[in-house]
Amino acid sequence: MLTFLALASVVLLGIVPEQSQAIVIYTGWERHALVGSDIRLSCSFFSWRWTSEDVTFSWTYRPDGSRDSISIFHYTGGAAYVDNKGPFRDRLEFVGNPSRRDGSILIKNLEFSDNGTFTCDAKNPPDIVGRPSSVRLLVFEKVPIQAGVITGAIIGVVLGLLVLIVVIYYLMRFLVARRVFSLSVSKHGKKKKEGSQQRQLWTPPPLTCYPLP
Amino acid sequence: MLLLLLGIILLHVAALVLLFVSTIVSVWTTSETSTSDLWINCSTANGGYHCDPASTGEWIQAVQALMILSIIFSCLSLFLFFCQLFTLQKGGRFFLTGTFQILASLFVMSGAIIYTVMSPDWVPETDYFGYSYILAWVAFPLALISGLIYVILRKRE
Repeated sequence: MLTFLALASVVLLGIVPEQSQAIVIYTGWERHALVGSDIRLSCSFFSWRWTSEDVTFSWTYRPDGSRDSISIFHYTGGAAYVDNKGPFRDRLEFVGNPSRRDGSILIKNLEFSDNGTFTCDAKNPPDIVGRPSSVRLLVFEKVPIQAGVITGAIIGVVLGLLVLIVVIYYLMRFLVARRVFSLSVSKHGKKKKEGSQQRQLWTPPPLTCYPLP
Repeated sequence: MLLLLLGIILLHVAALVLLFVSTIVSVWTTSETSTSDLWINCSTANGGYHCDPASTGEWIQAVQALMILSIIFSCLSLFLFFCQLFTLQKGGRFFLTGTFQILASLFVMSGAIIYTVMSPDWVPETDYFGYSYILAWVAFPLALISGLIYVILRKRE
C-alpha cells in the first residue's frame, strides 16, 4: 500500500512539471468604461517557477477595425517603459507589482478612439512559453444596462405580487375562520355552562382550490 | 360535454404553443439578410451566418419580460383549470383559471404594443415584422377568448 502510494506520487510529480511548463496569463475579457474616466487593465500570470528578476510584461493595443497592433508598454529589468509617442502618451501609468506577478496599467481620461483590444504578454524566464491574453475595451457615453436586468426585475416584481396576493388571501381566510371559531366557542361556552361539560376539538378547514368570490 | 372540454383545452393549448413559439424563436424583425429580436440578431451579411445578442435597451427587455410572464401565467392557468375541474362544486365558475388566462393575454398585448411602438428606435426602416411578432398578435385574441370562456363557463356534473 505504502509502496503503491510512493510510486504514484513519483509518477505524478514526474508528469506534472512536463505538462505545465507553460505560463498562463490572465486579463479580463471585456471592460466597459465611460468617456473621460480612468480604467485599470489588470494582467497577472500563473507559472510553476518562482518569479524571476527578469520577469517582463508588455502591453500592445489594436484599435477596433484595424489589423495593426502598436506596443504601448514594456516592463523589463526592473524598469517600466510607457508610451511616449503613441495614442496613449501622458495617459498611461504602470500600477502593477511585478514581484507579485501583477502587470496592470492605468489609462487616464478615456476617449472614444481608445476602443479596441489590449493584449498583455508576460514572460517569467525560464518559463516563457505561453499565450498572450487580450481584454477588449468599450468606451461609452453612458453605461448601458446589462442584458437581463430589467427583464428579471419585471418578472420578479410581478411574480412577487402574485405570491403576496395568494399569501394575503389565505391569511385573511385563516383569520376570519379563527374569528368565527372563537365567536362560536364563546356562544357555545355560555350554553354549555348551563348544560353538560363536553369539549369539542376544532379541526382546521381543508385548504383546496376555492375560486375567488 | 366531453367534446366541449376537449375544445376548451385545445384552444388553451393552442394559445400556449403560439406564445412559446413567439417567445423562443427570435424572428420579430426580418430583412433580406438578417433576423433580429427578441433574444439574438442573426445576419448573413459579409459571407457566413453569425449571431450577436440582441441590443440591451430597456424596451426590448420589457418585451422579453412581458412575453415570459404571459407564458408563465398561461401555464399556471392550465394547471389551475385541471385543479378546479376536480375540486369545484357543481355550478361553480372557473374564475381563477379565467383570470390568469386573461392576464396572460393582457401581457402579450402589452408586449406586442410596446414592441410596435418602440422598435423603430433600433430597427432600420427597411426591415419588416417577422412571424414571431405576428404569432404574438394571434396569441392575444386566442388567449383572451379562452379566458372569457373560462369565466362564463359553469361546471356541470
